[in-house]
Amino acid sequence: MNDTTAAHQRATGHGRPTTPGGAWIGASVGRREDPRLLTGRGRFTDDIQLPGMLHAQFVRATVAHATVTGIDLSAVLDVPGVVAAFTAEDLELGDITARLGRPASEFVATAMPVLARDRVRFVGEPLAVVVARDAYAAEDGLEAAKVSYEPRPPVVSAARALAPGAPLVHDEAPLNTLLDVSMFATEGIDAVFDGAPHVVRVRASTGRQNALPLETRGAVASWDAREDQLLLQTCTQVPHQVRTVAARCLRLDERAVRVVVPDMGGGFGLKCVVGREEIAVAAAALRLDRPVKWIEDRKDALTASFLAREQHYDARAAFDADGRILALDADVVCDMGAYSCYPFTAGIEPLMASAEMPGVYKVPAYRVRGRAVTTNKAPTAPYRGVSRPQYVMVMERLFERAARELGMDPVEIRRRNVITDFPYTGVNRITYDPGSYRESLDLCERLVREEGWYAAREEAAAEGRHLGIGYACFSERTGYGSAAFAQRKMEVVPGFDISEVRMDTSGAVVVTTGTMSHGQSHETTMAQIVADELGLDIAKVRIHQGDTDRVTYGWGTFASRSIAVGGSAVRLAAAKLGEKLCRIAAARWELSPDAVELVTGGIRRRDGTGEVVGFPELADIAYLKAHLLPKDVEPGLSATATFDVFNDGTFSNATHGVVVELHPGTGQVEILAYLCVEDCGVAINPQVVEGQCRGGIAQGIAGALFEQVTYDDQGEPSATSFMDYKVPTAHEIPDVLIRHLQTPCAFTETGAKGAGEGGTIGAPAAVLNAVNDALRPTGTELDTTPITPETVQRAFGRTVEHPS
Amino acid sequence: MTDTAPRERQLITLDVNGERHELLIEPRRTLVDALRHDLLLTGTHVGCEHGICGACTVLVDGAPARACLMFAAQAEGARIRTVESLAEDGELSDLQRAFTEHHGLQCGFCTPGFLMLAEGFLAERPAATKEEIREVVASNLCRCTGYQTIVEAIDDCAARRRKET
Amino acid sequence: MKPAPFVYHRARDAVGATRLLAELGDESKVIAGGQSLVAMMNFRLARPRHLVDVGGLRELDYLRTGPDGALRVGALTTHHTVETASDERLGSGFAVLRAAMEWVGHLPIRTRGTVGGSIAHADATAEWCLLAVALDAEMVALGPGGERRIPAADFFQGYYTSALDPDELLVEVVFPRPARYAALTEFAERRGDFATVSTVVALDLRDGAVHGGRVALGGVAPLPVRSPEAEAVLARGGPAGPELFTACAGAAAAAAGPPDGVSGDGDYRAALIRELVRRACEEAVSR
Repeated sequence: MNDTTAAHQRATGHGRPTTPGGAWIGASVGRREDPRLLTGRGRFTDDIQLPGMLHAQFVRATVAHATVTGIDLSAVLDVPGVVAAFTAEDLELGDITARLGRPASEFVATAMPVLARDRVRFVGEPLAVVVARDAYAAEDGLEAAKVSYEPRPPVVSAARALAPGAPLVHDEAPLNTLLDVSMFATEGIDAVFDGAPHVVRVRASTGRQNALPLETRGAVASWDAREDQLLLQTCTQVPHQVRTVAARCLRLDERAVRVVVPDMGGGFGLKCVVGREEIAVAAAALRLDRPVKWIEDRKDALTASFLAREQHYDARAAFDADGRILALDADVVCDMGAYSCYPFTAGIEPLMASAEMPGVYKVPAYRVRGRAVTTNKAPTAPYRGVSRPQYVMVMERLFERAARELGMDPVEIRRRNVITDFPYTGVNRITYDPGSYRESLDLCERLVREEGWYAAREEAAAEGRHLGIGYACFSERTGYGSAAFAQRKMEVVPGFDISEVRMDTSGAVVVTTGTMSHGQSHETTMAQIVADELGLDIAKVRIHQGDTDRVTYGWGTFASRSIAVGGSAVRLAAAKLGEKLCRIAAARWELSPDAVELVTGGIRRRDGTGEVVGFPELADIAYLKAHLLPKDVEPGLSATATFDVFNDGTFSNATHGVVVELHPGTGQVEILAYLCVEDCGVAINPQVVEGQCRGGIAQGIAGALFEQVTYDDQGEPSATSFMDYKVPTAHEIPDVLIRHLQTPCAFTETGAKGAGEGGTIGAPAAVLNAVNDALRPTGTELDTTPITPETVQRAFGRTVEHPS
Repeated sequence: MTDTAPRERQLITLDVNGERHELLIEPRRTLVDALRHDLLLTGTHVGCEHGICGACTVLVDGAPARACLMFAAQAEGARIRTVESLAEDGELSDLQRAFTEHHGLQCGFCTPGFLMLAEGFLAERPAATKEEIREVVASNLCRCTGYQTIVEAIDDCAARRRKET
Repeated sequence: MKPAPFVYHRARDAVGATRLLAELGDESKVIAGGQSLVAMMNFRLARPRHLVDVGGLRELDYLRTGPDGALRVGALTTHHTVETASDERLGSGFAVLRAAMEWVGHLPIRTRGTVGGSIAHADATAEWCLLAVALDAEMVALGPGGERRIPAADFFQGYYTSALDPDELLVEVVFPRPARYAALTEFAERRGDFATVSTVVALDLRDGAVHGGRVALGGVAPLPVRSPEAEAVLARGGPAGPELFTACAGAAAAAAGPPDGVSGDGDYRAALIRELVRRACEEAVSR
């Protein structure tokens, strides 16, 4: 573990390694994506124009729960500009069904039809696709569709879903429960609670959120007669999974479907599941034999897309007199909405929470029950952080509450409980690789103190103002391999990644990766890895991803897997190519391959004699003078490697410190300072890591204070525009002071751990703790997010007169 | 079906990035759709179509405006500038360079809107303080960066411009 | 989110616009900056068959001061024009208008949105509507029969409803008297949003003492309203200080009886009124 702040500052010279011939890894190399994105030359899904292209929109359910008694599209076809309209019956598509390999007592699989047939389960569910000359006419067409319903009582909350006698969202899922697991249940845990000097309880709820990539979902489907293949251009984080589902639903061989991902305007997990609309659009394109484009509008993106995060916790923790945690018992209910998402299933949130809730703490006894319930609300996808923002919030609230009860400092109680000896195998049977939990906590507290916030809090209190300081200390499992996902009993088991590195005769390389950048800068960071491994200038390295015909296979980008897993595959493939280059060079000099080495720009003898032979020269032999190759070396210069993680993955960690001021008159929560001490192992590109931290923190703050998808008691969504769904702006999001620690991962090829989600995970807990600290004089404690100004104002209104 | 007005097209002329274009379009076509789908200037993006996110921000007679809240017909006679006009001869402008140096973009979807917002604002207020810049940056939504680096990029660009003059 | 079809008409002058409106009937709608209307049309919440574009009528883009101390604002003056107007252009005692503009949406909205458009749209939380009510503005409407002047108290009639006839065009807003000691303030969860509650306070301040004033509230009723109870406190007068302002704010909050809304229930709105009126009083004094 090193404090790399100074090193990082040295390394932020833009665009190059800090020293000539120095490492690309660790330098804040300027992003190679930027020039096209800054000049308007990016190519996003909606930028695609094909000859004869038509435009689709969807007839969507206007009631939350009903039997569909009829869909009449006859008037739609009379609308000027409308070309066609299809129902489920017209298109005859297979369903999308996500499964877990768990017994029926634990998991119920439910089918999601591409277009709803006889039943609708949420407002916004697609019932028919209307295809028209342009997007305007398509929307005109929607107004002419007539759908008749026989309403059923809607199930709009998890509590209602679980109540005895509740109407069923899916007839095959009793008690509206799609997943119900009880895990760990350490022997004697009840006795621990009975005998503990202190038991604290937190009942917390978190609001339903939309991951909200600024680019909505969309797809352009066309049939390529020459390739005898469907071309589906769509913004997805998981192109190969979309290919699989499209091929199955359309009853095509997978080779007859090519999924290509253009530039993508964010995803954050919302785009890591397979949606229904892209499949319907593909079917319409096949049926009409014309390209069809669908771009989701914002209203649909807010109401009919994939949501996340609505969870309810009832958690207890037992502590000894010194503030050491003795046991944790939690009941977790996740409101997953109307359908199970593919490939993760509705189990994704409760399984994540159940497996990982003890987090960074040494919890000796643990019991958890995790449930996924289905309701008549838009379905969910694994949004950045997946359950960790919630269970970290609950854990951090438990520790804060215990600290209050014991009269301890909130940082000190954490200090006594964080894992310090690694590897550590927890009560949840997960082995944690080395991290800097304690160090990040200490450094974060020190920074808050050095920045003067403890003193400021005292001064403010003396003036009758309300400052609060809050922390969150947490880890984030990243680099899940097949083994970790298999443990969840997923039927479709993600994990490994494949990379191919190919060098051409000019000595430039093209690298494929199964990951899928949607803002994370892979074109830069993956190229840094290859440039280092081969001693190439980064300008000679080009990254390709997001094309199922070009990339052998890939699991895409989610769960902070890209650099840890994908980056490792990329490095291994580059190293293999390096070996081949060495063998060609060695043969040329009649040396053993061990006697030569890769240096910047080529290969030389290890003894330092002779000249460096450049890559173009070696490539010339590999391709154009293959007769010169040694017998055991095949022509061409390409290498493929796979990488997988065979243990429990690697844990990034961080501590966030937040200072807020509450304004009693309005209830406004103002964030005065935000500090983040993070450790993601080796940072390939520190500037990119910081970008991930800041962006993640902004989304975490959004969940803590602003954003919530709400429904009325009939299941009608009430946030249908950005007026109601309050994405925070630069006015609400504070600057973030970031410090880096570095505990390299021992088993990824670069020492990197994942860095994509941490910011989002820590922010809600830290903000909530800071608000509660500032609320101390009121006696009110809040455990539910988002915290609204009204709640805060009311806490003050009840208890204290504020100064005017 | 709801009774609707006839769908007649009309001929309009748009002045975009110094070029004049004639378009035969329905009057309901928004400026951003006309720019993107008729003129194929796809650098300007669509994020919400109700004026909140700012991904479609362009300059109308030099002032930043939402291209989703204007019909193309309303833009006749105005000078429109889009993100495609910023770089000259393949060289990024100082504002664009500042965005890349400060890592003011990740997915890049909101970026053209922020660039045009800043371009219009700095032209009017070259001496803007960082706090004023932050307030203006609050006009648009970004989901990736947390805004800090966007504010810093614009502030840095403004400072450099002041130094040069 | 594409608007329904409409027929587009471009007005050549104000009279021409009213003639068009009269001709086209009540399925027509005036568009100026369009910053509220186009969003509603994109959601198809508004679907006029005819749109009369008055955006090109530059003759309605002006700020005029006169010897009577009044400020006349042309209906097509943008928020941004007011925001950036010099003291000289704005006239003495109208700085409150300029300061209030920071609350109107965001810069790209203010560059297109117009004073007349905002007032004609009659949103209960819109800043111009509130300013008009608080400062006793008169709306000048041009119709087929000529001009008429409508006092603010009569102009706003309910949710998005004004006294304008379908064939009338709002051409000018007259602020009759300077309001040197006045301030607008508001609260929204997120900057730039429509306010949960907004208020304008204008004080009659002489020699450090308050001798009366006006208090208007937005977001508490279907239209912007004055608070007679709060104004009564100001009319009783006293030193400009916390005691008077707290009393004024308390009276406004107690009497407002605001409706439950999405952003907060009645109690919360009352608390906001209390806080905002007090803040506005303090800000008004500090001008």
